[in-house]
Amino acid sequence: MSRPRSTKRDLERYAGLFAARTREMKSSAMRDMMAITQRPEVISLAGGLPETGSFPPESFAAAAQRIAAESCARALQYGPTEGLDEVKVCITEVMAAEDMPVDLDDMIVTTGGQQVIDLVTKTLIDPGDVIVAEGPTYPGAVPTFSSYQAHVVHIDVDSDGMRVELMEDVLDQLERDGRRTKFVYTVPSFQNPAGVTMSLERRRKLVEIANRRELLVLEDNPYGLLRYEGAPLPTLRALDGGVYVMYLGTFSKILSPGIRLGWIVAPPPVLEKVNLGKQAADLCTSTLTQLMVRAFFDQGIWRDYVDSLNEIHRCRRDAMLDALAEFFPPQAEWTRPAGGLFVWVTLPDFIDTTDLLARALRDNVAFVPGEGAFLDGRGRSSMRLNFSGSDEDTIREGVRRIGEVVAEQVALYGTLTGEDRPPAPKRAPSPPKEEPEAGGETGARVLPMRRRAG
Amino acid sequence: MARVAVLKGGTSLERQVSLRSGARVEDALERLGHDVVPIDAGADLIERLRAASPDAAFVALHGRDGEDGTVQELLEILDIPYTGSGVLACVRSIDKVLTKHLLVEARIPTPEFFAFSETAFKQLGAADTLPAIEERLDFPIVVKPASGGSALGIKFARTAEDVPGCLVSAFAYDQKVLLERHVSGRDLAVSVVEGRDEPLALPVVEAVPREEDFYDFEARYEIGRTDFVCPAELDEDHTARARALAVGVYKLLGFYGFGRVDLMLEDSTGELQVLEANAIPGLTETSLLPQAAEAAGIDFDSLVGRILELALERGRPAARV
Repeated sequence: MSRPRSTKRDLERYAGLFAARTREMKSSAMRDMMAITQRPEVISLAGGLPETGSFPPESFAAAAQRIAAESCARALQYGPTEGLDEVKVCITEVMAAEDMPVDLDDMIVTTGGQQVIDLVTKTLIDPGDVIVAEGPTYPGAVPTFSSYQAHVVHIDVDSDGMRVELMEDVLDQLERDGRRTKFVYTVPSFQNPAGVTMSLERRRKLVEIANRRELLVLEDNPYGLLRYEGAPLPTLRALDGGVYVMYLGTFSKILSPGIRLGWIVAPPPVLEKVNLGKQAADLCTSTLTQLMVRAFFDQGIWRDYVDSLNEIHRCRRDAMLDALAEFFPPQAEWTRPAGGLFVWVTLPDFIDTTDLLARALRDNVAFVPGEGAFLDGRGRSSMRLNFSGSDEDTIREGVRRIGEVVAEQVALYGTLTGEDRPPAPKRAPSPPKEEPEAGGETGARVLPMRRRAG
Repeated sequence: MARVAVLKGGTSLERQVSLRSGARVEDALERLGHDVVPIDAGADLIERLRAASPDAAFVALHGRDGEDGTVQELLEILDIPYTGSGVLACVRSIDKVLTKHLLVEARIPTPEFFAFSETAFKQLGAADTLPAIEERLDFPIVVKPASGGSALGIKFARTAEDVPGCLVSAFAYDQKVLLERHVSGRDLAVSVVEGRDEPLALPVVEAVPREEDFYDFEARYEIGRTDFVCPAELDEDHTARARALAVGVYKLLGFYGFGRVDLMLEDSTGELQVLEANAIPGLTETSLLPQAAEAAGIDFDSLVGRILELALERGRPAARV
């Protein structure tokens, strides 16, 4: 039988049935444009893809072979909601690598780190409750927060990560406004999208604030082990001992995003609710991929694999930073990440990066426009560039093409304003400039035009 | 029963919308008993069209290449009958500047405007004319790329300081842009479908955005983001006038098969103003043309069937020469 046709009455009927929260679940021009970035001729610096091309196929085959031989029926069966103990043991190994001892009972294995964000938000947020997050924040968390109708308040970042010193004032103000702040969401190390890392001093301060104010913190740490230079910093969880810090980990960046395995470590009462939420969401995470991870860890090479990834990523990061210095106009500023996958570039405020993407796509190159990393309309002059998913030559060519269209817009703006003059000498790469505070103009399609000193 | 190639997707910024239009058209054609060959318009378009050797092509592409006459030209060369307007009508309507000049010449009301190419600014010092334009049009001024649909790249300049940034954004989409007097009022669309003898204006649709102060890209394509009122609650005079204007524009641009004309009913004057015309309006669940057809008692399948029938009636391009 053919599918029933969709009529206007149907349309209205569906629309009438949608939950209020779907109003917050917005699509965007950006998302539609992203569809074009998948074309093979497009150099995409847009994704958040870690390198997977260097994963040894024989290692994959051996793991699969072992599962088939030893635990075929089990791999095909449901598992416990909280995850298999075998994979939890692997998780303790990963967390130990960042000096975080943890008990198997204190964690739940999830379907990717993304599910942790979803479950924590589901557990803690009633419509209108506040989440404090970095500005910019992880673009993938934005739809999650929106779908639970959270009120997200951004705190600016600089080269030392979230400006924690601003937090108390923000929290006080929220309290005065009668708003209930439930948790702080942060990616302290090699932040997505800004690429910056929270300083030790700020980490201590954040943990202190959380303890004093009895506020939960969701520490999202997918990139902690992806450090390309400098000494590691203690995680928030390590500093707090797990009293107010909920910890999100994932195998996505140290092994594979395709296996969809992450985890949460949280105080037991929170974990219990998260467990119930997960049961409602998907009963359990794939047993098959959990056993794959176990089998891979038994090969004893996971640290070597991460080291090899870091080597690849470091070269790619350097290629991107070199290309930015060579091809981007002096008016652009960008971060210099010591790890992770992303560089955050901020352009003069007359450039709208969503529109710039439309232009860049004509030259077959793509990036993530900054507006997707804010819930308050900011970020329109920034972009996120990924360096882990392409080889050095491709990165160089991609950055060259973007630099060209940026230069074109800068020149055009100069012509339009009569401020056409020779470019200032190149500045050294610097931390992201501070965005203006959210004011009455936020969300408007038109950027306020501040004249910039050359 | 006919063998119909449904052309969709493509590489324009409206690719996603087109994929949805195309998928919906395919379902309808299948229900009507046709043999459907879906084609995502890419580098192998010609090859795939030749291999499919269809009786007709249903063009469900939007924006660049699909709606600007490019694909129509190719179908002419391949001598394949196709749905909707021909090359010339597409060329006229994809370019808002050309459309508006034609409207002005035909004395059809359209908001006052000034158009610029990028070279006018780069090589001819056109920036010096901006103050005069700003004076003539009053703020806010609408700045938009000459081509493209779905409100991509359209900005409101609220002050003179906004104008250069808005122009930079608009030029990201096209080498030609226009500055247009902002018309504050009700957002109307009149779809037109070819009747037996004459083009027939369907009931007027009014788009009422729920949140944004501007009917933007997101609201346009998402269920539940915009309230559509069809038929729009207008008095008889305005309804008749809107429909007559739409048919006038349809004829003026040389549309064939179907099309959609967007208008504003200006609050301050009560006058109707034509903003633009679309040669291949969206056919998604939230699109205006299918809704208007529904209100006129034409369900989606009949609409698609009629559009195809018109293509087959017009016949092979070579036979028309």
